[in-house]
Amino acid sequence: MSEEIFRVIILLCSVLFLLPGCRSSSKKALVLAGSTSVQPFAELLAELYQQRHPGVEINVQGGGSTAGVRAVQDRICDIGMCSRHLNADESGLTAIPIAVDGIVLVVHPTNPVVSLTREQVRAIFSGAVRNWRELGGANLRITVITREEGSGTRTSFEEKVMAGDHFASDALVQDSNGAVREIVANDPGAIGYISFGLVDRRVKTLAIDGVQPTEETIRTHQYPLARDFLFIVAGDSNPLARSFIDFVLSPEGQAALAEEGLIRVR
Amino acid sequence: MKEKLIEKGLLVVALSALGSLLLIALFIFIEGMPLIVKVGLKNFIASTHWEPTRGSFGILPMIAGSLTVTLLALVFGGGLGLAGTMFLAEFAPRWSVRILKPLIELLAGIPSVVYGFMGVVVLVPWIRQTFGGPGFSVLAAGIILGIMILPTVIAISLDALNAVPLSYKEGSLALGATRWQTLYRVQFRAARSGIIASLILAMGRAVGETMAVIMVAGNALLIPTSPLAPVRTLTSNIALEMGYAAGDHQRALFATGVVLFVIIALLNTIALLTMRERK
Repeated sequence: MSEEIFRVIILLCSVLFLLPGCRSSSKKALVLAGSTSVQPFAELLAELYQQRHPGVEINVQGGGSTAGVRAVQDRICDIGMCSRHLNADESGLTAIPIAVDGIVLVVHPTNPVVSLTREQVRAIFSGAVRNWRELGGANLRITVITREEGSGTRTSFEEKVMAGDHFASDALVQDSNGAVREIVANDPGAIGYISFGLVDRRVKTLAIDGVQPTEETIRTHQYPLARDFLFIVAGDSNPLARSFIDFVLSPEGQAALAEEGLIRVR
Repeated sequence: MKEKLIEKGLLVVALSALGSLLLIALFIFIEGMPLIVKVGLKNFIASTHWEPTRGSFGILPMIAGSLTVTLLALVFGGGLGLAGTMFLAEFAPRWSVRILKPLIELLAGIPSVVYGFMGVVVLVPWIRQTFGGPGFSVLAAGIILGIMILPTVIAISLDALNAVPLSYKEGSLALGATRWQTLYRVQFRAARSGIIASLILAMGRAVGETMAVIMVAGNALLIPTSPLAPVRTLTSNIALEMGYAAGDHQRALFATGVVLFVIIALLNTIALLTMRERK
């Protein structure tokens, strides 16, 4: 009799302990971290992927491109998201372009200026040119908006435009594409740079070196400020990570990215 | 016996607050001090060049930014708050005080991001159109912070004013002083230490506020030369860049925290000392 009770207790205990164990072992988890520019798109893809593979849990975190690369190096996450090129000291990693984005210069819709050269853009952002009149626009002070130090978008912009020059010290600093767009939409003298996917009707895009940012010119990298959105994996990436990346590069994943305003790589 | 146990328990709980404060301070200093030592204290707090990813760590613009924004907030919030306190203490009818005081205290419960949002949508465009400049400015941050510190100023200084013995007021009035003279020359003077403490605590709040300031101040790396210039505060500097910071950049943000910690500790010490003087 007491043996039976003992057996029941053992059974109950094992069920209690094993149940959660079963759940966690059947549910596979994948962690992504990195660029806040890539994050919303990765979240969308993760959701689509999870709908098709109900047993998988994908966790997408921000933190910035640099943090993403570091996290992959330290094996804290499976896939890093990066919106800039890998630096020379970030070796031993594989970068997989998942989409192309253009960094687009935006101004207020009433601004008559339609095109700038890269030199002019550099002059504006380094503070050498301070009035739209000097660029063929109205007699209006230029409000320069840049991103915060460390941002992937800022790093790409610096690489492609600034040529070692410093940003003007009185440039406004905002910490997201959305905040930059908000200011530009409300200030007739403002200029800022944001992701092509986030351009809307409230702001006007400028042509750079005579090339208007369009899907076509960005995909072909003809537009000078085109950049790749990258997934970063370490050499020994797990099968789940590979399966997710395959999904992102599949026609379905690419179509989802294109629908959100990015430009497909496949 | 049981009494003793409860007493000991409460002591442990009270000490745990102190302990966490010590741990936080210790952590910030351990993370931040190596960088300050590396670049030199003078270089760190007296250089205007901040480009942490390229090895320049000068936070003078941020110190200047924090101080100007805080001072302006004190001018707006302090002036408005003390005027409001006088009204509530002496001139407002009793029933209206019972409604107004809780309403003012409710201001403290509004999340700072809401203040910031209203600043971006209403205040910044107004400043840009009325005074020129980008609108994101010392002025915008000062006004928003001034409103945010109102509850601190009013609640504490009103308590101080109400704590002044009634005989002071009666004596002054009996000597033929007007109501205003009595309030200004007698009651305010008697409540002075409490009122100063309220301003210093409000200052602490203004120095520490982050979200609303990030949204309306423009965050430029510039020592402000006019109220219309954009500015970055110490707290904004940390919050803006922490997401991406690594290595020395991250340590520089902790070092910014060290400076902020010292400033706030100084302010609170002054507040405590003036409060003690009252007794």
